[in-house]
Amino acid sequence: MSTTSTYEAVIGLEVHAELLTATKIFCSCAARFGSEPNTDVCPVCAGFPGTLPVLNGKVVEFAIMTGLALHCDIAPRCKFDRKNYFYPDLPKGYQISQYDQPIATKGFLEVRVADESTRVGIHRVHMEEDAGKLVHVGAAGLAGSDYSLVDLNRAGVPLLEIVSEPDIRSSEQARAYMAELRLLLVTLKVNDGRLEEGSLRCDANVSVRPAGQAQLGTRTEIKNLNSLRFLQKAIDFEIDRQVRVLSEGGVIVQETRLWSEERQVTYAMRSKEEASDYRYFPEPDLSPLVIDSSWIADIRAQMPELPAARRTRYVDLGLSPYDAGVLVDQMELASAFDAAAAVSAYPKAIATWLIKDVARLLNEGKLRLADLPFQPEQLARLVDMVERQEITVAAARKVLAAVVAEGKDPAALVAEMGLAAMADAGALRDVIERILDAHQAQVAEFKSGKTKVLGFLTGQVMRQTQGRAQPQQVASLLEAALARR
Amino acid sequence: MSLESARQLQARFARGEVSAQEILAAAFERIDAADDRVGAFLTVMRQPAEARAQELDRRRAAGEDCGVLAGVPVAIKDNLCTQEARTTCASRMLADFTPPYDATVVRRLAEAGAVIVGKTNLDEFAMGSSTENSALGRTCNPWDLERVPGGSSGGSAAAVAAGMVPIALGSDTGGSIRQPAALCGVVGLKPTYGAVSRYGLVAFASSLDQVGPLTRSVEDAARVLNVISGPDPQDATSLPQAPVIPDRLEGSVRSLRVGVIAQLDTDGVDPETRAAVRQAADWFASHGASVERISLPAIDHGIAAYYLIATAEASANLARYDGVRYGWRADRPDLLGMYRQTRDQGFGPEVKRRIMLGTYALSAGYYEACYQKGQLVRSRLRQDFQAAFERFDVLLSPTSPQTAFALGEKVDDPLAMYLADVATVAANLVGIPAISLPCGFDSRGLPIGLQLQGPALSEARLLEAALAFEQAHDLAGRVPPVIAGQARA
Repeated sequence: MSTTSTYEAVIGLEVHAELLTATKIFCSCAARFGSEPNTDVCPVCAGFPGTLPVLNGKVVEFAIMTGLALHCDIAPRCKFDRKNYFYPDLPKGYQISQYDQPIATKGFLEVRVADESTRVGIHRVHMEEDAGKLVHVGAAGLAGSDYSLVDLNRAGVPLLEIVSEPDIRSSEQARAYMAELRLLLVTLKVNDGRLEEGSLRCDANVSVRPAGQAQLGTRTEIKNLNSLRFLQKAIDFEIDRQVRVLSEGGVIVQETRLWSEERQVTYAMRSKEEASDYRYFPEPDLSPLVIDSSWIADIRAQMPELPAARRTRYVDLGLSPYDAGVLVDQMELASAFDAAAAVSAYPKAIATWLIKDVARLLNEGKLRLADLPFQPEQLARLVDMVERQEITVAAARKVLAAVVAEGKDPAALVAEMGLAAMADAGALRDVIERILDAHQAQVAEFKSGKTKVLGFLTGQVMRQTQGRAQPQQVASLLEAALARR
Repeated sequence: MSLESARQLQARFARGEVSAQEILAAAFERIDAADDRVGAFLTVMRQPAEARAQELDRRRAAGEDCGVLAGVPVAIKDNLCTQEARTTCASRMLADFTPPYDATVVRRLAEAGAVIVGKTNLDEFAMGSSTENSALGRTCNPWDLERVPGGSSGGSAAAVAAGMVPIALGSDTGGSIRQPAALCGVVGLKPTYGAVSRYGLVAFASSLDQVGPLTRSVEDAARVLNVISGPDPQDATSLPQAPVIPDRLEGSVRSLRVGVIAQLDTDGVDPETRAAVRQAADWFASHGASVERISLPAIDHGIAAYYLIATAEASANLARYDGVRYGWRADRPDLLGMYRQTRDQGFGPEVKRRIMLGTYALSAGYYEACYQKGQLVRSRLRQDFQAAFERFDVLLSPTSPQTAFALGEKVDDPLAMYLADVATVAANLVGIPAISLPCGFDSRGLPIGLQLQGPALSEARLLEAALAFEQAHDLAGRVPPVIAGQARA
């Protein structure tokens, strides 16, 4: 849209991450996905009369860890609040959440789009409980359904809500922020990163304003963004829509909109019958949470290497920033890289092999590295052989396929497949002489100036040597032999 | 046997002089004889109690130690969850609700060998001061069947006063143990907030609720407190240590510093009650205690703060009764209609009034003026009491500004009913222990209650002072007409 350039988009993301704790946030029920309905339920998470919440310490630990990874201030003292509303999937009639004293505030996340890096502020991170799920029978949603069933397995599953500052200016940045945040949460092992299954959920607040204007425009909130692709498309659509409305002299209504992948549009959710007043007040069943600095220090000490630090380390090992990024974004490749690079003198070559050849083999077979017998150390040995010119690149590709599929030792495979490079120039010379003898006509053509025929002859040599000959050596020996004829 | 204390009963059971089944049979005999007139019980747990008594007898015969309350019949306020009996909260909403678990206090009583005989009446969801807000039955004061037993633990107080059981559990959010104890002439103890687990107590106002005993003697109150108190991993607000009560109390007030609360020694208190409490203060002074008046101005705002905070918390605590998972459900085809009808039909007028008050107190635009103002008064009260406890060990006052009032007298005047809590709400707002014990009778023959309050976890000192007073005043000599009438029959 041509008018888009005169408007600036302002975007903030609100992310809900289900935490990978063994048990729920306020009771000892299992917090897991896929159980039979209402089997991971007890009187506490079903909101039975007389029950009380008891905070799961692991949830606090995960929240602190996430806060630290996002460079937040961790509150030395915070509290829980009740958020009051009625819905059948909310057993107590209120959600235990954190209102005015979140556990972590004022952080940031570094986000890269193309080669440009942006710092997106983190407004707050807070802990809360998830609600259950409604299964509507007879229709896709509540409206029109014959009846609805309540499944409380998810009720009380711990959530982190991570709210960004409105620092994002494009759908690409929004996507990059979400991807980076997901990678961070998965790296910390606090969330499984599955946007599609809803264990990681994202809402986008989008507004536009004339370029140069300081005041923010009216925003809309977009929900139902369960993939990075949807997130980007929905934001693009919403920016265009708002710019169109404003350019035509209209006004933006503050509302919640849903992304329809089917229709490729955002549309307004049926507005609630009355404005919601959640009547937050401090949760009297839980004491204020006091977090001392030694607990924070302990958690910091056991944190894994974060994606940003890993990228820096890879660049320091000689990888290009691009390769470093690709590896870190795919955690299993990065893990394989670390294991292989630890026993090899050629980290840069290992990265190239992983990103190009290993990734291609995995994609072709729709495989995960963990599903294969392949050991990263085997890749290191193979790459070492290539770098030391003990085998050719072409031979190494053949060996790699076998290594990945069978998990055999590469050196043994090289021997077994007879792929060791022909280091012996004498033997190669003999092969070349035999081939020239057998192709007198082509030699004559070459001599008459038709040098194109060189390719044919080279191919014959390579075929005869089954890829074991180093291409440069073949070229120089062939040229010399022809000159002598 | 009916007026024996829990201590006596347990001792005789332990010595083999009486069986748990005999003790239980006597309790049921009294319940059968009097409860159609008193109406203390909503549910009598005959079968589970008999099974329990048999088991205790078998274990005792095998030489086992069955616990410090072994064989003692106990009544439980019907807002404490019991797996073996419905737990109604005296509400239509939960009239047929049987919890899937036992409250921690119920479990602890059972572990100490107590035999739970039934569930007692209360104001619906413990909201009231006369037990008249029960949707499931009427309870009368054993001293005068035309009068209220107080509330909200009116059923428990009446059951103990009428000699049906030596001990009962109640809950106290703004005086709900102490005021009925006073009106029925028994001992009622509200422990320090967090001393007793709230797990399984159906919540009214979470930051104020506390479970405690109603008994005919101070020593029994001490014993029950020892059994039910202590940290509970299922209640995050339970204190890491329980109040320490020696099993043998001395009953002494020597060098005790007693403060008489000036704000509760005024014309607002019935003259006969005021006189009896003054006499009690004099008794303390003449038995080695120092007695002085103390002014606690914040007390005058206690009721207002209490009704803001308690209703605010209640509005959230009672949101779960929505017809979805348990309890009453109105048959309506749409969600909103089901919600509205369920709550309209399931709750009584006082509960609805408090939910509406609390919802209002938390609403945008009113939160600061209502809920927050309430919290402000609460912290002022805390400061006032903290300062007072630097000078005094116990604070003395009437428990209730008047003795038992007539049934129906205040039902149409909620504000007058709320003022019945004027002397008791402060202990809940501050979180301190308070005990009510009989200190005399008015000219109508109705019991008068004396309240002693102390700093957090000072239960032992409160009980010592109360025991000394109890030993010096033979108030147990008079028995309620319900029992006397029974004796004549």
